[in-house]
Amino acid sequence: MSALAYTRYELLRTLRSKRFFVMSLGFPLAIYFLIAAPNRNVTDLAGTGISAPTYYMIGLASFGTMAAILSSGTRIAGERAVGWNRQLRVTPLRTRDYFRAKVVSAYLMAGLTIGLLYLSGTLLGVRLSVGEWLHMTELLLIGLIPLAALGILCGHWLTTDAVGPAMGGLTATLAFVSGAWYPLGHGLLNTIAQGLPSYWLVQASHAALGAGGWPAKGWLVVAAWSVGLSLLAAHAYRNDTKRV
Amino acid sequence: MAPLALDEAGRARPASGTLREAPAPAVAGVVARGLEKTFATPQGAVRAVRGVDLLIARGETVALLGPNGAGKSTTIDLLLGLGRPDAGAVTVFGDSPARAVAAGRVAAMLQTGELIRDLSVREFVGLAAALYPAALDVDQVLATTGLTGLAGQRTQKLSGGERQRTRFAAALVSGAALLVLDEPTVGMDVESRHAFWTTIRAAAAAGTTVLFATHYLDEADAYADRVVLMSAGRVVADGPSTEIKARVGRKVIKATLPDGGDADLRALPGVAAVERHGEAVALSCGDSDAAIRALLDARPDARDIEIAGAGLEQAFLELTGESRPADRIDTPVAAGRPKERA
Repeated sequence: MSALAYTRYELLRTLRSKRFFVMSLGFPLAIYFLIAAPNRNVTDLAGTGISAPTYYMIGLASFGTMAAILSSGTRIAGERAVGWNRQLRVTPLRTRDYFRAKVVSAYLMAGLTIGLLYLSGTLLGVRLSVGEWLHMTELLLIGLIPLAALGILCGHWLTTDAVGPAMGGLTATLAFVSGAWYPLGHGLLNTIAQGLPSYWLVQASHAALGAGGWPAKGWLVVAAWSVGLSLLAAHAYRNDTKRV
Repeated sequence: MAPLALDEAGRARPASGTLREAPAPAVAGVVARGLEKTFATPQGAVRAVRGVDLLIARGETVALLGPNGAGKSTTIDLLLGLGRPDAGAVTVFGDSPARAVAAGRVAAMLQTGELIRDLSVREFVGLAAALYPAALDVDQVLATTGLTGLAGQRTQKLSGGERQRTRFAAALVSGAALLVLDEPTVGMDVESRHAFWTTIRAAAAAGTTVLFATHYLDEADAYADRVVLMSAGRVVADGPSTEIKARVGRKVIKATLPDGGDADLRALPGVAAVERHGEAVALSCGDSDAAIRALLDARPDARDIEIAGAGLEQAFLELTGESRPADRIDTPVAAGRPKERA
């Protein structure tokens, strides 16, 4: 009961935060219209076999959802700085319920970002079958799991001064090297990117529309990062009882 | 002194088992024994808590008094399970701190705990209420703490005193059996402070156990059943505030005296200590009547003479002062603690 209540308040607070609306909703939507609208008639973007509006729709959905999911780290660092984590530890709220509230509200925000980008995509002529929409969304949501753990980890590792630039830089870098802004070639960058969870997030559209899902390598990369980062995040939380 | 409490608590449990294994006496609220905590800092290890014993009976209101760095907040952290003691053990209502917290029997107002933003005062207090199984009515608590008029205000827009009251409301609304308040009235104006203590008294009268840390001596004096005085990580006195004052029952003679010769002043009958700031001298006196007569004889040039009772502040300084090593202070005061005999 208390867990549900905490999630409700967490959501309320997220919805009231300006940062979320700017970084996770406003920014990706504006960029989407700026890049995709002039290229709305490009049906095969750089040999990917995917139209420009579709490619950028998913690229910016990856960017926006990454920003939304990683912002939980910013929120955690901020709450640590004011001693809220210590305060919560002397209430009956359980650790896992605290994290659940963080993850659930981050996912709901990511869902909002995805919904608005899909809507914008449709306005720019993106037409997909129901199965393709669903498959793409499913891969996006799964691809966000390691990033959710990364957000929590950074929230406990970094101070409130460091976490903002770190999250912003991380989101931009991951989005860039993973091909959110433009399809990657087949060079070294691509090889490196394939080891990153964000690459597979961006590839959700590719996989859903053409290849019928992530290859085994994609699942493996996402699973490995999920497990590794979750373990580190749990460890960071347990050791983080000090006054900041 | 504290070891006495240890003995009394010891008698209340089976002689064989350790504290952790043995069920605590039914009356026990908080039992801490032999707590030690050392922190590693860049300047070297800091022994923040050096063997603290504390026994708080159910329904008792206890003040933890001491200067900054005395180890009050660290002790509170250990009592709440926010830190693990290097040595010693804590039980809260006969259970581990973590379990007492998980059961919603403890609510705390930490010194560093700030409010989270983007919630209204009412929502913030409502959030605290939602976390506790036996929470009180939110509107009633807002009224009690004088926050009804601010209920719709966002937490980030409150003044320091309003924030403090909101934090208090969040602790109070829990309906927890133990309230732990670390310097609760810092930043409150006189009126809020008065209202705060009225509320605490009502909660205590209803059976809530209250532990508060403060360096407002008047508060400890006025509102606590018992005062536990800490200095340099140790409990240096433990008893009713009246007894602490009686123990030190000294008076201070203040006067304006132009030149030195402080050694002569110290030699006057009845004078225990001399402090000088420029021309102002303060004589701490065991027998102020003898001291004033001798002073006027010896120093006819003494002007602006005042004699004042020392009060708890003076007792506090005496007991925690550098002049005497804290661990050598012997307080007969503790022998008179009635509640620990229960």
